[in-house]
Amino acid sequence: MKTILPHNALSLEKSSPGRRGVRFEPVQKHASAYLPEAYLRKSAPKLPELSEFETVRHFTRLSELNYCLDGEFYPLGSCTMKYNPKAYDFLSALPGFTQVHPLAPESSVQGTLEMLYHFQELLKKVTGLAAFTLQPAAGAHGELTGILTARAYHDARKDFKRTEVIVPDTAHGTNPATAHMAGYTVVNIKSAPDGRVDKAALQQALSDKTAVVMLTVPNTVGLFETDIREIADMVHKAGALFYLDGANFNALAGLVKPADMGADLMHLNVHKSFAAPHGGGGPGAGPVGAAAHVAPFLPKPMVELKNGKYTLSGKMPKSLGKMKAFYGNIAVCLRGYCYLRQFDGTTFRQIAENAILNANYIRAALKGKFNAFFDCICMHECVLSINPAEMNGVHTSDIAKRLLDYGFYAPTIYFPLIVPEAMMVEPTETESKQMMDAFVEAMEQIYTEIQTEPQTVKDAPHTQCVCRIDEVSAAREPNLRW
Amino acid sequence: MFIPHTKEDRQEMLAKIGVSSVQELLAQIPQDLLYPALDLPRALSEQELTAHVQALAARNKPLKNFIGAGIYEHFIPAAVNALSSRGEFLTAYTPYQAEASQGTLQTIYEFQSCICALTDMDVATASHYDGATALAEAALACLRITGRTEILVSAALHPHYKEVLKTYVRHQPGVCVKEAPLGADGTLDLNALDGLLSAKTACFVLATPNFFGCLEQAEAVSARVHQAGALLTAVFNPIALGVMQTPGSYNADFAVAEGQPLGNAMNFGGPGLGIMTAKKAYMRQLPGRIVGIAKDKNGRRAFVLTLQAREQHIRRERASSNICSNEALCALNAVIYLTLLGPAGLAEVAELNLERAHQLAEKLGQLPGYRVKYAAPFFNEFVLECPVPAKKIIQKLEKKNISAGYALGKDFKGMENCLLVCATETKTEADLQAYADALGGVK
Amino acid sequence: MCNEENCRFAKTHEWAHMDGDIATVGISNHAQEEISDIVFVDLPKVGQQVTAGQNCCVIESVKSASEIYAPVSGEVVEVNTALTNDPALVNREPHGNGWLFKIKMSTPAEYENLMDLTAYKATLGK
Repeated sequence: MKTILPHNALSLEKSSPGRRGVRFEPVQKHASAYLPEAYLRKSAPKLPELSEFETVRHFTRLSELNYCLDGEFYPLGSCTMKYNPKAYDFLSALPGFTQVHPLAPESSVQGTLEMLYHFQELLKKVTGLAAFTLQPAAGAHGELTGILTARAYHDARKDFKRTEVIVPDTAHGTNPATAHMAGYTVVNIKSAPDGRVDKAALQQALSDKTAVVMLTVPNTVGLFETDIREIADMVHKAGALFYLDGANFNALAGLVKPADMGADLMHLNVHKSFAAPHGGGGPGAGPVGAAAHVAPFLPKPMVELKNGKYTLSGKMPKSLGKMKAFYGNIAVCLRGYCYLRQFDGTTFRQIAENAILNANYIRAALKGKFNAFFDCICMHECVLSINPAEMNGVHTSDIAKRLLDYGFYAPTIYFPLIVPEAMMVEPTETESKQMMDAFVEAMEQIYTEIQTEPQTVKDAPHTQCVCRIDEVSAAREPNLRW
Repeated sequence: MFIPHTKEDRQEMLAKIGVSSVQELLAQIPQDLLYPALDLPRALSEQELTAHVQALAARNKPLKNFIGAGIYEHFIPAAVNALSSRGEFLTAYTPYQAEASQGTLQTIYEFQSCICALTDMDVATASHYDGATALAEAALACLRITGRTEILVSAALHPHYKEVLKTYVRHQPGVCVKEAPLGADGTLDLNALDGLLSAKTACFVLATPNFFGCLEQAEAVSARVHQAGALLTAVFNPIALGVMQTPGSYNADFAVAEGQPLGNAMNFGGPGLGIMTAKKAYMRQLPGRIVGIAKDKNGRRAFVLTLQAREQHIRRERASSNICSNEALCALNAVIYLTLLGPAGLAEVAELNLERAHQLAEKLGQLPGYRVKYAAPFFNEFVLECPVPAKKIIQKLEKKNISAGYALGKDFKGMENCLLVCATETKTEADLQAYADALGGVK
Repeated sequence: MCNEENCRFAKTHEWAHMDGDIATVGISNHAQEEISDIVFVDLPKVGQQVTAGQNCCVIESVKSASEIYAPVSGEVVEVNTALTNDPALVNREPHGNGWLFKIKMSTPAEYENLMDLTAYKATLGK
């Protein structure tokens, strides 16, 4: 049979001159009646010309080429791909929320402001921190907000000699990149052999030049920093602030309050811990919490409750300024608010408990074939490594591609950097035992294939709409537009 | 909530792990930190939650909106949300595994292509949170490229953009942000601009339409900026480009925009879509994800995240930005919107905006005591000078369910009586008349 | 013409070949193998002053960005523009047409402190 159109024809390739997907009412006068000639565009833009039906077909077809959480298990470590409840999609699309202008009179947007205010309050409760801003639009944006808040704090104390940010070598790349963006020098410290912070190395790195220490808890190898309070004390004794990267908050939810660990600042990822969908990479939301002594330096504005009215008009004279044109990613925050309202003080801990149970189940079930690099009980994710001697030349990236053939998305691979051939598996609490058993079985089969037919694994994937992609020539001769 | 395990599942899992309870898994956590008291309200069922959130939504008062000022109300064809809300798009992750993410990757490639076509720029990304952060990152790129230290911005750049820009560049050594003043017609004073441009100027930030809605003499500005050896960063309105001269045509080096007007709801200002474009020479200075065309091993066309060695997960503290979002879902709305409209539809909607705004300006400018402040050409918004403080007008018209505009006094001294008014294609002629009648009635 | 034998090496895997007061700089065969498929070379600017050990060039593969350090001090007087269109030259001919840039040396004695091939190879075994 001959295919009529290739599966991935571009919209422009399906285009027919004069075809339209939508029409507007006719105008009385054209642009040239309102604007001088010099201000007009010289030629029409090369946009596709499709009917509405063709457009619907085109994007529906493209959607079918995606793996997605609604369809497949996504064991992506550090990404917390948990179920995104459908009610929140419906609620965040209510016209009462979506059709609101950010500069409309505050009296006309009390519903949105009330929701945001209570979301801030709930985040304070689950973290123990004194204040939360919802302004940051993503986790990395939250990190930058947090580090700039720390900088405003030190600057206000005229403590200008603090020019360094300490980051462990297990950190996400955003941590050092953020510190650099905020104008700091990054000091990397090596981890201890057990994957946790090397306290001696930390002590040696700390000085009166240290502005902030950034830590992810649980850390990126999936372990809790057992000496966290001692570490926080060391940081505080040096006069620095302790920034907690909340990327892995799903493993703390209800178990530990970040404030109790000594955190001065932290960000949360609403699209991870609080079940908002990832949307193919964004938008997210990265609320930042601060302890009382740092809170006045958070970006302005914040939602406040004054005389029974919710307002964004409060003065924040010590604030670092604005991080974003308008206040936060409302549609994402709304989902986070909905999520938190579905738990109470006793059920909230079930999130982390079951995330930890699931990660350890996969770790235990794969033991002997794919071992955890740190052979101990883990938190919400386990970092597997492979023994090159048993692998017949197969690499982690090949295993990742082969998993796609079995109907699973791949784990996070080659991260953290300190683990060779790393595969980081985070099942999250919303996966069932049956789904995890199926994943384990697929991994076992791949293990067998590596021994018996390694080429099958090296050539994977075999079942997707495209085969292994040549990324080298794509990067050498970039084709980034039609 | 949302945890599927039965008691039996849990027992089998614990047995496999070799522990007798979940608590045993928590031994690495200091026990005195464990299980803090959590003072959360009662958990709501889905039904209760729905009623509660619907009630919150109902507490927002729908007003006939005449505010623009960076976020614009446009008609969104139903197909946009119907397609973008498909779980296959909504619940996918960043397309790391390209073979299983061709849908998202191709939509981003098509988005990049449509934006390049719209702007006449060479490369585009969909990574930024909003127009303001896209501008800030473009300015940082200009500082790196030129090695110069001064960022010159139009006084009529959106005040929030100015603030975000300052937040982002404040800690770069020796960097300062200066403003170029306007002339009487609401556009840049070119002579003053000449005086301010120097060998220190890394870039000039030109907004057109500017915050007051006025269109700038972009070509004249561009020539002056390049004469000084500086780069030109344009801030544009993507709907206006349906008819307006493009950043590429006036030789902009970077061009950024808030992409919300393209098929994304106002949503109280977030999420936004930070569009960033550049000339090809600066391709590797663009922060964020970029999708390129590649071939698979059988020679078939495929799409892949490319130029990744620029990014934070590889360069860490050497990366120029920490960004790891790509605003894929908002970009998807934008590309579906542009595909539905095509070049003719986009020109139509742009012309409707021009027409409505000019009709409204004419009606309001005729009211006694009111006048359209600036003579420069405008797109879909304009400054109305009023006989009373703009704040007062906003309060009065709110009672008639009209959101009259944005009071400029908050950000611009001496403009307390000035109202920034916007009319897009969403306002009918009857809406315009109702506004004029209401304003005429303000005492 | 430069080859492995008549070059000197830095611990960080750059080589330098001296011709008068001009040092041609590239990366070793071992380094190009480690980086594998090179997709882009971010060259220094002509006229730029560099000091020995200073990061002045970046070589990108699909999954890595490797910093290249100047093996000697001086002024960058020429860069290999052929790499702009064909970065893989560094993979194919690391000691020939895949050179990176030339430095007019300010302190020629620095060249003498670099390792010869035998000494460099000895460091790789470790």
